[in-house]
Amino acid sequence: MDTNAILGRILHAHREQPGALLPVLHEIQEAVGFIPPQTVPVIATALNLSRAEVHGVISYYHHFRQEPAGRHVVRVCCAEACQAVGGEALAEHARTRLAGSEVTLEPVYCLGLCACGPAVQVDDTQLHAAMTPAKFDALLARLESEQ
Amino acid sequence: MRTTVYVPGDAAALALGADAVAEAIMAGAAARGIELRLIRNGTRGMVWREPLVEVVTPEGRIAYGPVTVDVVGGLFAANFLAGGEHPLRLGPTEQIPWLARQQRRVSRRLGVVDPRSLTDYVARGGGEGLRRARAMAPAAIVQAIADSGLRGRGGAAFPAGIKWRTVHDAAATQKYVVCNADEGDSGTFSDRMLMEGDPFCLLEGMAIAGLAVGANRGYIYVRSEYPHAIAALQAALAAAGDFLGGFHVEVRKGAGSYVCGEETALLESLEGRRGIVRSKPPLPAIEGLFGRPTLIHNVITLASVPDILAGGAAAYRDLGIGRSRGTLPFQLAGNIRHGGLVEVPFGLTLRELLYDFGGGSRSGRPLRAVQVGGPLGAYLPEAQFDTPLDYEAFAAIGAGLGHGGIVAFDDTVDMAKQARYAMKFCAIESCGKCTPCRIGSTRGVEVIDRIRAGDRAQIDLLEDLCETMVQGSACAMGSMTPIPVLSALNHFPEDFA
Repeated sequence: MDTNAILGRILHAHREQPGALLPVLHEIQEAVGFIPPQTVPVIATALNLSRAEVHGVISYYHHFRQEPAGRHVVRVCCAEACQAVGGEALAEHARTRLAGSEVTLEPVYCLGLCACGPAVQVDDTQLHAAMTPAKFDALLARLESEQ
Repeated sequence: MRTTVYVPGDAAALALGADAVAEAIMAGAAARGIELRLIRNGTRGMVWREPLVEVVTPEGRIAYGPVTVDVVGGLFAANFLAGGEHPLRLGPTEQIPWLARQQRRVSRRLGVVDPRSLTDYVARGGGEGLRRARAMAPAAIVQAIADSGLRGRGGAAFPAGIKWRTVHDAAATQKYVVCNADEGDSGTFSDRMLMEGDPFCLLEGMAIAGLAVGANRGYIYVRSEYPHAIAALQAALAAAGDFLGGFHVEVRKGAGSYVCGEETALLESLEGRRGIVRSKPPLPAIEGLFGRPTLIHNVITLASVPDILAGGAAAYRDLGIGRSRGTLPFQLAGNIRHGGLVEVPFGLTLRELLYDFGGGSRSGRPLRAVQVGGPLGAYLPEAQFDTPLDYEAFAAIGAGLGHGGIVAFDDTVDMAKQARYAMKFCAIESCGKCTPCRIGSTRGVEVIDRIRAGDRAQIDLLEDLCETMVQGSACAMGSMTPIPVLSALNHFPEDFA
């Protein structure tokens, strides 16, 4: 299905939902991987908003992307509870290791895994706790071998 | 008869390999021709023992943990399905001292119940609060909440009864109950555990709230970082049937904005806008979601409601000390040996929590600083560890309990760096509405960088900047960021030299 068809289906499904913009954006990102700029005026018209309002929401929230991510998205928790058990060193290791990689690296501020940090999330739903640089490398090797 | 085995499906257990353990147990059983009933429960909260596997035996549930895939064969060899001896055997789960010493109220079914089964929920006492509420006048439900002494568990600790009465008294054709499940504080996970492990309890609490204030619609705003909680809530809603009566609940997903945990920013986000805080008044209880009277509470507050209705307000109020009534599910996090969920009445000391439950640091080094109440909470030195866990006692030392998250640091921590992080986090997450927060946080990072480079004259400037942020910010993000900064500076001045 092309982006226009997906967009039409999503907008139709949410046409009567109050405050539909975030649910619409989530569904677009889940289906397409990001929110293509050309969808902004279509969303705006359908939800009776200005393009500025739609763009403003997309750019405000850290979760929404305006361009495609890499093959995988790896999020390393950089919040206090993970800092207390070596999270910064892990994040630094990840930065070095993933420089120039096809894997997108992002900071995340808390995954709710604060009693078993440092925590890492892969592609939204895969979680890893008590991470070390060595375990991180093993995880990357698995991701890279999947292709 | 098939043996029942519990392997948690909680996010922390999954992050520690619970799925692979569950598969290995099922495969091991199949290879031995044994039929098993596998239930993916929530966590018992003993995170350092996850994945915690439980087996139902005639003597009750027997726990083993932490179980890894490579010990599953050994567990079968030890006949763990009959509760057999094994180095990982922890005995009857309910008798494990760490759990037995707690007084679980809101988390009483956590890890016990099958989170996907309404039947199991009801069999373990669920639904009783809602059943009683249906036989009461709305004003009587509000009175029960007021009498219980329950205060908002999200951090502000505002008396719940006053909020409920305000929404109850507001005249409107449409009102809402909103659950703030944007649990963004580092060191907190009680909302997540409850949503994943006992989702019907939250739904029941919201339905009772709806009856009390006259709302037939509710929203649960869950942060996007919690996909497993969202899935658990949606599964529970799909299985709820007519359990909630005419109360309709919709789960909404956040999008990675810390400030959306502030109630008015959350309402903006629910309405489809940037999560920018609103000026108060009007209070959400008067003009909230879509301009209608709205009762907004965090997960633990709403999930405490069924227990209060079922067990009576007095039983809840009898727990705790001073004006802090009932229990709080504390969360032990960071550099701590036995991290997890500890629900106890208010009144224990921080030291008891850190050492009697937490077992000291994970690294084995001395604990040097503890941040209580999330990124906007104070850093406390060892000299303050004897403070009782009580809203007023913490306020008296310039700290707060917040959402009950406790992050421990050992003596390798650099407190000037932690102060810098507090400002940096504020700069990243500021919604931008007010200048002290938006600009002050960035200037704060710069000033702390100069102090760390040796310019001690900048300390006065940092204190002045914090004063401006405290006095001039529109919400807690900007006005409370100085709390971790100044507590680090005041209690650990040697790190700023």
